[in-house]
Amino acid sequence: MINPSHFTAVVLFALFVSIVFGITMRDTPRRMVRYGLYCFAMFCGSAIVLSWVMFLIAR
Amino acid sequence: MATPPIRNTAAGPQAGSQSGFVYLPLIAGWLIPGAGHFLLRKWYRGALLAASIIGMFALGLAMQGKLYASAHDILDLLGLVGDLGNGLLYIIGRAGGLGADSVQVTVADWGTRFIVVAGMLNVIAAIDAHNLRTGRKAL
Repeated sequence: MINPSHFTAVVLFALFVSIVFGITMRDTPRRMVRYGLYCFAMFCGSAIVLSWVMFLIAR
Repeated sequence: MATPPIRNTAAGPQAGSQSGFVYLPLIAGWLIPGAGHFLLRKWYRGALLAASIIGMFALGLAMQGKLYASAHDILDLLGLVGDLGNGLLYIIGRAGGLGADSVQVTVADWGTRFIVVAGMLNVIAAIDAHNLRTGRKAL
């Protein structure tokens, strides 16, 4: 059994989902890469922002 | 009134000239991740899709994620539907007794979500292969 940290799990999730989204939601390779990177940044960025928000609320 | 199928003119003559069973990439892509794209000779896309979906499914199992076997309530039913999206991976996993029977640690809960999401991504990939086959999406 592997036991990743929460952030590692988020990054792995974002990586795999972004690859599939990029390939399936766009037509050309260049746009696929750009959209995949955009999704990855949004997944990771929103996780970090929400984590800070919850941290500040909990204080 | 029936809506005529939307055809992408950018697909070119190659999309319309393919013969054979039009749902084959859809079914193959559902059963084996990436197989629909391989059938359409989209080797890199198929390989990336297969690596992503199989990797996500395997990571879910490695995290002791649960493979839904029956539906006792609506959430179980949704989980089962998501798991079934994995096609043969789900059947092999169930036949091999892989996955936890119940979620007991936090990581196992993440693993369960990884498996369900892998199934849904596989369905998206299979539909993408079908769209490529029918010409709705440019080859």
